[in-house]
Amino acid sequence: MSRRIINNFATSVFILCAVIMTATLVYLLGYILTNGLSNVDWSFLTTNSSSAMEGGGIKNQLWNSFYILVVTLILSVPLGVLGGIYLAEYARPGKLTNVIRTSVEVLSSLPSIVVGMFGLLVFVQYAGLGYSIIAGALALTVFNLPIIVRVTEDSIRSVPKKQKNASLALGITHWHTVKTVLVPAAFPGILTGILLSAGRIFGEAAALLFTAGLSTNNLQFDTWNPFNSDSPLNPFRSAETLSVHIWKVNSQGIMPDVDEIASGSAAVLILFVLVFNVTARVIGNIIYNKITGSK
Amino acid sequence: MENAQKSETNNHRLLKKNGSSSKKNEKRGKALVYSSAAIVIIATLAITLFLGYKGIRTFFVFDVSVWNFLTTTDWDGTENSGAFSFIFGSFAVTFLAALVAAPLGIGSAIFMTEIAKKWGQKVLQPVIEILVGIPSVVYGLIGVTVIVPLLRDNVGGLGFSLLAGMIVVGVMILPTITSISADAIKAIPQDIKDASYGLGATRWQTIYKVIIPAALPSLMTAIVLGMARAFGEALAVQMVIGNVKGLPESITDQAATLTSIITLDMPHTTYGSVHNSLLWSLGLFLLIMSYVFIIIIRFVSSRRKV
Repeated sequence: MSRRIINNFATSVFILCAVIMTATLVYLLGYILTNGLSNVDWSFLTTNSSSAMEGGGIKNQLWNSFYILVVTLILSVPLGVLGGIYLAEYARPGKLTNVIRTSVEVLSSLPSIVVGMFGLLVFVQYAGLGYSIIAGALALTVFNLPIIVRVTEDSIRSVPKKQKNASLALGITHWHTVKTVLVPAAFPGILTGILLSAGRIFGEAAALLFTAGLSTNNLQFDTWNPFNSDSPLNPFRSAETLSVHIWKVNSQGIMPDVDEIASGSAAVLILFVLVFNVTARVIGNIIYNKITGSK
Repeated sequence: MENAQKSETNNHRLLKKNGSSSKKNEKRGKALVYSSAAIVIIATLAITLFLGYKGIRTFFVFDVSVWNFLTTTDWDGTENSGAFSFIFGSFAVTFLAALVAAPLGIGSAIFMTEIAKKWGQKVLQPVIEILVGIPSVVYGLIGVTVIVPLLRDNVGGLGFSLLAGMIVVGVMILPTITSISADAIKAIPQDIKDASYGLGATRWQTIYKVIIPAALPSLMTAIVLGMARAFGEALAVQMVIGNVKGLPESITDQAATLTSIITLDMPHTTYGSVHNSLLWSLGLFLLIMSYVFIIIIRFVSSRRKV
């Protein structure tokens, strides 16, 4: 009898663990959204931030976040996908492949502040880019590269061998097979991975503190000449992103509505991260259903 | 007749052209793929070398003693500075966070793999993914606005404390530990579980005597990965830990970590000064620790039984 009681007790402990974890998430999301969304309105999203006065918005920070995200993806996706193709298709077991696998492991376990320091040294100082969008995006590329490499390798490996062999048997060369058979078949998995990584990039702050900088110009959204210092498109201007803004407002902000700005920004940030995550899941599911024919 | 001949040469030419261009393509593709792989290696080497150079410089250019740096606690930005309190702070936050997250994470993993196999998975999988996705500044913000006041009112002190860091970072590494543990438990062959149930064992006995021992190396890997993440976490910790430069006497005291000091001091130091150089040494320490974590993970997972 007692072992049944112990069993039931243990079961309830496991259930409790799961409940605590789920409740934590529900509380976190609920808190951020209920607290934050009341501070978010159209003018919050479309006014410049203010460093000392009440009523600052997040227009420029929001733009910077998206701009850095796009530049980072342009840099890291091709590199990461090609790296993943190497590991899945070209790598022969041996020392070189081991070195690359270890490199991917090291890169993916680096603390983001260390990536930020590296970016400060190499991109900001040695390369002379200064605190800029491009320096930030390069640092984030270091941070994102291992994720894309892994996702691509996994997705290509999960393509059925028969498809590849059929293509090779038709006399199509290896690279052409990779391009026209393997990558298209692996595309859904890669896309899901890219969207998930986009959420991470969007929320990253530590790697950007020393690379993209803590300040932003008041951008002129009618100057699209990328060399104008107030142009939104200028990649060489310093750019505070939304997540850096939350940190800065919270730790150094002197405006009277610090709490409102921080919680409003957090709500906006979380909403976008959720959009990336949900889109990734939905796309993943649709394609999974299509391939397996369920539903 | 002439036409046929012409078309034959045309065909021939087409074939030949096709052949040589696909060979060229093949080479170009290979070159692209190999150079991307090379960039991954170069990036890793560059980070290691540049941080190594900047971090070790402190001990040669400014004659800071390594021993003094690692074991004393007086951080004033001069040659006599010691970083022990930050090293201690980082390890303390890491172990305390693991203490919170490991039982909860492994418990949840067992729940979703052994107790409610179908819907447990369906509910917890998205929970894990969203928790992973929440940015660290948001965790930090919630720490500052919810946990710090809560601790201040109920436990005493300022609220900014090791304890606050432990809770915030514990929640942050929870999804990492849960998802890797769940994968590990799923990988255990059904046969050995069935054998245990067949002998009349209860579910708890099976979990405790069969599943946990079989998955132990992978569960350890999960915990070490979580700890590696905790060790390198910067902003969330910095926002809640108080950043006081000295050894904390209790868990409710304010403290500082390697990452929090780098975050705070980096913008205020002059490039090339002793203080600045000391921060690079802290960065090097973080880098070395992430290598150490990788080595531990390799060692632990090489003992995997399943």
